[in-house]
Amino acid sequence: MAERYLSCIGRLIRVGLTWCLFFGLALPAAADGRELGALIGVLSSSDRAQAGAAVEALALRPEPEALTALTALRDGLLLMAADGSVLVQRTDGLYDAVSGKRVEPAPKADVIVMNNTLRRQVGPAIAALSVRSPDHGVRLSAAVALSKSLDEKLVPTVRAALGAEHDPEIKRLLSQAVAQADITSSDPKLRLAAVEAMGESGDVAYKASLAALTARDSSGNYGERDTTIREAAESALSRIERKELFTRIVRDLFYGLSLGSVLLLAALGLAVTFGLMRVINMAHGEMLMLGAYSTYIAQRLFESYLPAAMELYMLLAIPLAFIVCMAVGMVLERTVIRFLYGRPLETLLATWGISLLLIQTVRLIFGAQNVTVANPSWLSGGYELLPGVVLPYNRIATILFVGMVVAFVNWILKRTPLGLQVRAITQNRGMAACMGIPTARVDMLTFGVGSGIAGLGGVALSQIGNVGPELGQLYIVDSFLVVVVGGVGKIAGSVVAAVGLGTINKVLEPFAGAVLGKIFLLVFVVLFIQRRPQGLFALKGRSAES
Amino acid sequence: MLGLKSFHTPRQWAMFAAAGCTMLALPLLNQVAPGLVPDRMVPLVGKFLCFALLALAMDLVWGYTGVLSLGHAVFFALGGYAMGMYLMRAIGNEGVYRSELPDFMVFLDWKELPWYWRGFDNFAFAMSMALIVPALLALIFGFFAFRSRIKGVYFSIITQALTYALMLLMFRNETGFGGNNGMTDFKRLLGFSIADQGTKRGLYIATVIALLGSYLLCRYIVTSKLGRVLLALRDAENRVMFSGYEPLGYKLFVWTTSAALCGLAGALYVPQVGIINPSELAPANSIEIAIWVAVGGRATLVGGAFGALIVNGTKSWLTAAYPELWLYALGTIFIAVTLFLPQGIVGLFARKAKADPPQPEPEIIEALTADEKVPSQA
Repeated sequence: MAERYLSCIGRLIRVGLTWCLFFGLALPAAADGRELGALIGVLSSSDRAQAGAAVEALALRPEPEALTALTALRDGLLLMAADGSVLVQRTDGLYDAVSGKRVEPAPKADVIVMNNTLRRQVGPAIAALSVRSPDHGVRLSAAVALSKSLDEKLVPTVRAALGAEHDPEIKRLLSQAVAQADITSSDPKLRLAAVEAMGESGDVAYKASLAALTARDSSGNYGERDTTIREAAESALSRIERKELFTRIVRDLFYGLSLGSVLLLAALGLAVTFGLMRVINMAHGEMLMLGAYSTYIAQRLFESYLPAAMELYMLLAIPLAFIVCMAVGMVLERTVIRFLYGRPLETLLATWGISLLLIQTVRLIFGAQNVTVANPSWLSGGYELLPGVVLPYNRIATILFVGMVVAFVNWILKRTPLGLQVRAITQNRGMAACMGIPTARVDMLTFGVGSGIAGLGGVALSQIGNVGPELGQLYIVDSFLVVVVGGVGKIAGSVVAAVGLGTINKVLEPFAGAVLGKIFLLVFVVLFIQRRPQGLFALKGRSAES
Repeated sequence: MLGLKSFHTPRQWAMFAAAGCTMLALPLLNQVAPGLVPDRMVPLVGKFLCFALLALAMDLVWGYTGVLSLGHAVFFALGGYAMGMYLMRAIGNEGVYRSELPDFMVFLDWKELPWYWRGFDNFAFAMSMALIVPALLALIFGFFAFRSRIKGVYFSIITQALTYALMLLMFRNETGFGGNNGMTDFKRLLGFSIADQGTKRGLYIATVIALLGSYLLCRYIVTSKLGRVLLALRDAENRVMFSGYEPLGYKLFVWTTSAALCGLAGALYVPQVGIINPSELAPANSIEIAIWVAVGGRATLVGGAFGALIVNGTKSWLTAAYPELWLYALGTIFIAVTLFLPQGIVGLFARKAKADPPQPEPEIIEALTADEKVPSQA
């Protein structure tokens, strides 16, 4: 009975009576003949089934009080007074839900409690009501909610609202909402429109219902008999799939870039110490770790002395990490590494020993547990580039930061006297020494700068991962791979290698899983080095042999 | 044999025999005088001897051929896993779940053995796999690496990546080797109870025999003409190539042999410690092998084994007595040995024995014998 009424009113609305609805120009012959007041009264009924029916009836009412009452019910602000009248609680007092008048003095009233069934009904009902609201924002958010899920009974209302809607965005959302219902309709025209609307949306959520149309059942019949609709469904499906693929490519590229920037941060310091100086620094990972712990110290200092400026602790962390790691690096160079130049395998072992000492020292000072480095609030959250592709701010910041660090390294190497001397020593140490370059001092500074850059990497890593004594061990293998693939002595090579490896890893991950993806990556690197033992950007000429 | 080191002088043979007897004395003493050598000493020293075998294999490729592998733990672990698989199968249905399948498979709700577990209920098959699988992996990996003349630190880094990859793989349950927990709770080896002291002594003796045998094999290799080529490859690979030698075959041979010895060490190690899990594959473990060899002295064979015993003996003692000091000690050993002791401890003795420079070995063997007492005192 009610359903016939519903479909009846749906048709009525479709022929153009919407405007009347819109302005509440009273359609007294609404689905439920009862007065608004009576319906609202029923909401407080202890019989939840009756209350549910009232919610559904209210959803079709044009009066603004219906929306007010339902919203209040959802938010737990709808009360029932002792005399049976229903009241809405606002900040400044109680109002009668039917007349909208303030009730004074406030009577004793109990909150009307909902059960889950009722709660499920209230949501779509509110959406259906708000979709007719004159306020654009309210309509939009209602349309978004409805396009996600639409109660069958609300279809006529939504269809009516669709006919009356002028805003293209809301119209699109509403037609998607209706499409979900229409796709099972018996009217081929409605089905066709529904299929087209779904294709238009490009939303993955519709794939299943579209696929149901194009699939054959066990007896070989298609889900959809009508060829035109089936073809439309197929094209809609492929449209959705194209869009899905596009989304995935964008997402993989971004996450690949993001992982690449992390790898690059981890590897940049090594590109200087290993790439330029040929020092196999196995303690490089511990430089990252020290940088991360410097960030932690900076954060603690701000917590204790400048709690008001907590958001800005990065301003201290970055120089602190650089200076701490640079100092440690220079000390290591003077005390250990300089005695091992030209003996790469011994350097490897000695620096591994150094890394053990550093790990154990940090463990004794800060404890073996991870420490908490909080993201500043301006780094939390993310930007939604496409539906389903959220770019977290800390990842974006990492990418920007690595760009700045690369520029910084490049500036040091290309624009400073130190850089000039470093390059001279890299090309021909003996000749450089003959020209008066203090090679020992330059070695110390270069190693210090390389370690300092690793410290900067540590600052960024502290923002995206755990900070613990073993942090460096996680990155050491990856860092070396990046430098080896990139080619020794070339910063540009490291950049390309890091981004390339990051992207390959992220593209492989969905197919192979994180671990297998990593293994494939390692196999790839081994095979790659087969082809180009000198890395991507090989040095040319005689220096290639050294 | 012109111009080559002789295999062993009679004096060296005597030292070799003495070292062997000293090692074999331990289980005997345990049997007759348990107060002097307590039961737990036997598998502990047995474990160290497995490490010594591992170091021997490492010295063969690093000391004599100049190839520093940071992936020797891979071969060791593969040998260990092969033995572990046999031991798992030997449990039969006495596991926690009373199933024919290993416990972890029941736990993962697997219904039947994966194909690569077939045959591992046969001891001979499992033992041969413990040698063949590492050797095969080394052959394939080495072929690709040596063919494109990857050397020095590049080779080291790639082998480290290999270790890392295999560790990630073994950590997964889907791989079918027990995942994170690995394999443990072994019951029987060839019908003997693992927990039995007699079995432990037997395993120890088997380890000593394997170590001595492997030493003779390595000694044979390095004193042969082939050993000379290996040394030449280490010192000047380009010149060797210009003289008409193709390094690939030599390097592959020694690399594969070394891997098989590691597999043997792993297979002997697992029943003595009673567990094998992916932590054996941690990159740090592989680097530690290198430091054993560096401590003992490279290109001496005996030195590597000796270094393994010293470092691990110290580790056992320190991690029990002063746990927080162990990493400091290890780190300092790494730095001090590379800076001040490039020839290792054997080199120290050799310097004293300069009067007889070509034959530093006798002192080393004495040192090895002396070392047997280090763990006993712990």
